[in-house]
Amino acid sequence: MHIMEGFLPLEWCLFWYAIVLPVVAYGVIQIKKITDKNPELKPLLAVSGAFVFVLSSLRLPSAVTGSVSHPTGTGLGAVLFGPIVTCVLSAIVLIFQSLLLAHGGITTLGANIFSMGIAGPFAAWAIYKGTTRAGASTSIGIFFAVFIGGLLTYVVTAIQLSLAFPIPTFGEAFYKFMVIFAYTQVPLAIVEGILTVVMFDYLLKLRPDILEDLKVIRPKIKAMI
Amino acid sequence: MVGKKPIILLCLAALIVIAPLVIFYGGYFGCVDCVAAKAIEKTGYEPWFGPIWEPPSGEIKSLLFALQTAIGAIIIVYVFRYYNRQAKGKKDE
Repeated sequence: MHIMEGFLPLEWCLFWYAIVLPVVAYGVIQIKKITDKNPELKPLLAVSGAFVFVLSSLRLPSAVTGSVSHPTGTGLGAVLFGPIVTCVLSAIVLIFQSLLLAHGGITTLGANIFSMGIAGPFAAWAIYKGTTRAGASTSIGIFFAVFIGGLLTYVVTAIQLSLAFPIPTFGEAFYKFMVIFAYTQVPLAIVEGILTVVMFDYLLKLRPDILEDLKVIRPKIKAMI
Repeated sequence: MVGKKPIILLCLAALIVIAPLVIFYGGYFGCVDCVAAKAIEKTGYEPWFGPIWEPPSGEIKSLLFALQTAIGAIIIVYVFRYYNRQAKGKKDE
């Protein structure tokens, strides 16, 4: 989903930067607020960020197109801390990759933060809340949240590129970029979903109290009575 | 103790990753971002800005990607050990 350096016209670079910057700024304030309120959350925040680091560095082959792409890893942070905080985590990873790996770029950073840091995590967070509230188990909720969030990140990249290059039309360009990005991503999004479920289960076993604090799971008291 | 669920799930994930290597055996696994970049260049667009710094070779790029994975993995293991010790401490009480 990394739009490469220089591959967006200047006006689109500025457009995405303008949308993303306030969200990142708000996210930084949010992180300060929640860690001040409960310093116990700092290690969990570090894990969420580290999870993005690991998953977005794994470039996996896709069984659908035979291309290589990578998961985003943002689903865990989105479910635990919400999309606004996850946006900051994604921004850190994307800056690291654009400066040290020539993967993505500084000019396209705004667009990349929007797809990976806002669109995907927001969908993941909403789906997790929706499915678990409807009575689905946490594993099912996490899997679908991460799967759809991961996929949506790539759909948004396809939309961003078709908006910037509607040649010959937006629809045809969208189809072209969807084939490149989203089809490739389907198996990877499944892998991402599975890995996040495993991570989450382990967290749930170690520190159910923190997850209750964050209102990610409901307290077990009712079940005990 | 590790239950059955994570092991089954991790095997499934590994299978999905390994399958394409068999299906597209001998095929070329190009990066998806580069495919997109080529599609954009086909429309006649020329990138107006290049990376400030680029890893000098594919090998160095792999090294840096591995470094990124390692940093993440170290942090995750460190925190999980910390949580594990806490959980054990609580049980001992």
